[in-house]
Amino acid sequence: MEKRAHISGWTLPLLLILPQMAITVVFFYWPASQAIWQSFLREDAFGLASEFVGFENYVFLFEQPEYYRAMVTTVIFSTLVAFFSLACALLLATQADKNIRAGQAFKTLLIWPYAVAPAIAGVLWLFMFHPTLGTLSRPINALGINWNPMLNGNHAMTLLVLSATWKQISYNFLFFLAGLQSIPKSVIEAAAIDGAGPIRRFWTVIFPLLSPTTFFLLVVTIVYVFFETFGIIDAVTGGGPAGQTTTLVYKVYADGRLGGDLGGSAAQSVILMIIVIALTAVQFRYVERKVQY
Amino acid sequence: MVENRPFAQFMAYLTLALGVVIVAFPVYLAIMASTFDTATIINGNMPLVPGDQAAENYSRTLFYGGMHARQPVGMMMLNSMVMAMGIAVGKILISILSAFAVVYFKFPFRKTAFWIIFITLMLPVEVRIYPTYKIVADLGLLDTYTGLILPLIASATGTLLFRQFFMTIPDELLEASKIDGAGAFRFFKDTLLPLSLTTVAALFVIQFIYGWNQYLWPLLITTKSSMQTIVIGIKMMITTTDALTEWNVAMTTAVLAMLPPVLVVIFMQRLFVKGLVETEK
Repeated sequence: MEKRAHISGWTLPLLLILPQMAITVVFFYWPASQAIWQSFLREDAFGLASEFVGFENYVFLFEQPEYYRAMVTTVIFSTLVAFFSLACALLLATQADKNIRAGQAFKTLLIWPYAVAPAIAGVLWLFMFHPTLGTLSRPINALGINWNPMLNGNHAMTLLVLSATWKQISYNFLFFLAGLQSIPKSVIEAAAIDGAGPIRRFWTVIFPLLSPTTFFLLVVTIVYVFFETFGIIDAVTGGGPAGQTTTLVYKVYADGRLGGDLGGSAAQSVILMIIVIALTAVQFRYVERKVQY
Repeated sequence: MVENRPFAQFMAYLTLALGVVIVAFPVYLAIMASTFDTATIINGNMPLVPGDQAAENYSRTLFYGGMHARQPVGMMMLNSMVMAMGIAVGKILISILSAFAVVYFKFPFRKTAFWIIFITLMLPVEVRIYPTYKIVADLGLLDTYTGLILPLIASATGTLLFRQFFMTIPDELLEASKIDGAGAFRFFKDTLLPLSLTTVAALFVIQFIYGWNQYLWPLLITTKSSMQTIVIGIKMMITTTDALTEWNVAMTTAVLAMLPPVLVVIFMQRLFVKGLVETEK
């Protein structure tokens, strides 16, 4: 798309675009290229000298069982959060889309968790399910489960999934509701005249028509779980117990900071960059094409 | 809805009400915890109705801080506010200017410039943390507001949003203002900016929330406790040994940390929804 009319002159537009360009180059391209370069280097123990080691950092990374474990953790974490947050949001959105009173009030009451920082969301859920003082831990213990997210990796993961889902529902709800409201009423009425009940109408008419929204939200939620849940993990489990909730992003942070292994951390960053670029490319390609029947 | 069935209506209310209760419960607990003393919370039988320690908790937290935070939470909120405002205003400023340049001028490497900005959509801070940290350290910006704000204000979202909006403005407006003898600056100030106000406000709401909730970046570059933001501060309060955690202070801080962004969402809902939907297109 192009404008027909333009303002003439070269220097002014270059000056206007300069601040953004400068910041983008200094804080995006330079560090990103540094990460790529560092991933081929190995520093000595004191960080004084470094030598070019080719793909050794990558080879080393793929020899570590911890790396595969972080990968599996990330996949499990994102699958669970994506499934639960999309399912709950869709259920709530279909109900809010019905012709009910106080629809707007319900909408307001459901969207505000978007504004809560991931780390704070984690703290809230940790408090609720804290092994010794959590309000909801007693009922769980009464069921005969020895609930302790500090020691049990599965319990820790459950807590992370709950808090990450809680925060993401509002976003998905908002987009599902907008998607539902953009479906023409005539299509649904036509299906009703043909004798399709509410449930059949949902699965054969509404759900297929929502598929672009669903696909878009799926990608957004996966990106969210990959990157933004860092705050939740750091505040709730710190990657533990025994590294059982360490995701790929958390491992970049932990290896670089606590381990001081900058080359390995950079190699992980590069792999993450490739994953993000792939996800974004997929998103643009399919959202443009409109997944629909 | 096509049919008018009371049962379906009832189920809708029930599901939504249940949803609201589940969504609100963790926050309700936090608010309750901010009205008790530590001892009541730590024995695991915290009542679900407010206690009488609210005034004490909030004044202590805001002006004194906890045992482990060593910093009044009021100070942390001020840091968060400066960071969030800086990010929101900075982003709007640089992106509206670059979008103006890309849309309304023809200059060499215009397409290239646009793509250079566009690709940054794909590189969240998390994938390049240590090299970015090193640059900020080399520039001597650790523990400064500039260091907190600057690396986070460059991103493609704002530029894309303004570009998209400028494209919908009829060409005739520019032609008319040219005939009236207005230069680029006059056109920007008198025509483009007034038309963009809602977009600016919507972007501001989203970026304020984004800035306020930052975690990893401030965690890396702030070492002095006087530069801590509130979202970081709360983590410092709960990672120490369980028995020593002052849960009343921690939960009071959590409530205070949620307050500004949640109020923004509730009271500027229309702008918030607009910003959210449009930045993600």
